[in-house]
Amino acid sequence: MKGMTIIVKTISSWVKMLIVLFGIYIILFGHLTPGGGFAGGVILASSYVLLMLAFGGEFVKKDLPLPLVSKLDCLGAFAFILIAILGLVFGGVFFANFLFEKYGQPLNLLSAGTIPLSNIAIGLKVGASLFLVIFSLSICCKGSQLDRK
Amino acid sequence: MTIFYILMIFIVIASLIAVETTDLLSAVICIGAMGFGVSLIFLFLRAPDIAITQIVVEVLGLIILIRATISRDLTFISGDKEFFGTVVSVAIIFVIFLAGLRVFETLPEFGTAIFTEAPNAASQTYISQGLDKTGAANLVTSVILDYRAYDTLGEATVLFTSIIGATVLLRRKTKNTPETLQPVSES
Repeated sequence: MKGMTIIVKTISSWVKMLIVLFGIYIILFGHLTPGGGFAGGVILASSYVLLMLAFGGEFVKKDLPLPLVSKLDCLGAFAFILIAILGLVFGGVFFANFLFEKYGQPLNLLSAGTIPLSNIAIGLKVGASLFLVIFSLSICCKGSQLDRK
Repeated sequence: MTIFYILMIFIVIASLIAVETTDLLSAVICIGAMGFGVSLIFLFLRAPDIAITQIVVEVLGLIILIRATISRDLTFISGDKEFFGTVVSVAIIFVIFLAGLRVFETLPEFGTAIFTEAPNAASQTYISQGLDKTGAANLVTSVILDYRAYDTLGEATVLFTSIIGATVLLRRKTKNTPETLQPVSES
C-alpha cells in the first residue's frame, strides 16, 4: 500500500499527536476517570494504524521498527509481572498493593498505589501487541496478493 | 427504557443483514454498526469504561476487516447453504434458547443492578470499601487491577501468547529456508 493523497497525509500527521495524547491521558488517569490500560493501549495502537493507512506500511516500519515494538510488548508484560512479584516481596501477597501506604491519598494523580503503574504496563503491552497483530495482518494481505499475481 | 428497545432492534437488524448479505464489505460495515449500537447501550447503562473499550476495539477491528476485505478479489459469496448444516444449527440454537429461558427468569430486570436481588453480593463490598482500601476513584480499575488482578494477569498472558502465535504464523520471511532445514529422519 503506497499511501493516500497529500490531504490525508497532512491531516493524519496532525491528528496523530492528538490521538497519542488522548491515549496517554486515558492510561495515566485510568484510576480516576473511565478508561484504563486496555482502552488507552488500543488508542495508542490506533494512532499508528492511522499512520499506516495514510502513509503506507514502509513509512511506519521506518518510524517504529518492528523489533522495538516486540521489545515494548515484552517490556509491558515483564513490568506487570514485576509489579506483582514486588507485591509478593514487600507486601507478602502476590499482587499486594505495596505502595498504598505511601501514595494512598485518593482522588490525586499519584494515588492508589500500584494501580497506575499496572495501568501503564498493561497499556504498553496492549498497544504494542495490537499494533504488531495489525501490522502482520496487513503484511500478510500484501504478500498473498503478490503471490497471486 | 425505549432507547434500549430501539437500539436492540437496530442491533438485531444489523446482525441479520451481516449474516444474510452476499457482499462481504456490507457485512463488515453491518458488524461495525452492530458494535456501535452495543457501545451506545453500554453508555446508556452508565458503564463508560466498557463503552470506551468497545468503541475503540470496534474501530480497530473494522479497519482490519475492511482492509482484509478490500484487498481480496473475492468480495461476493455465492452458492447455496447446505440443508443438513442449517437444520443442525437451528436445532442447537433452539436447545440453547430453551435452556436460556430458565436462566432469564432468574435475572433481574434489564438495566437494574444485580445487587438489588442479592444484597450480600461481593460487588457491594467493592462499592462501599473500594475507595478506602485501594484509593482508586474509578472502581472498575480498582477491581480489575487490585481485587481481581489475577484475571488481568491471565488475560495479559492470553493476549501475549496469541500475539506470539500470530506474528510467527503471519511473518513473511522465515529464519530457516526449506533448503537449509535438516530432514527429521537423519537426526
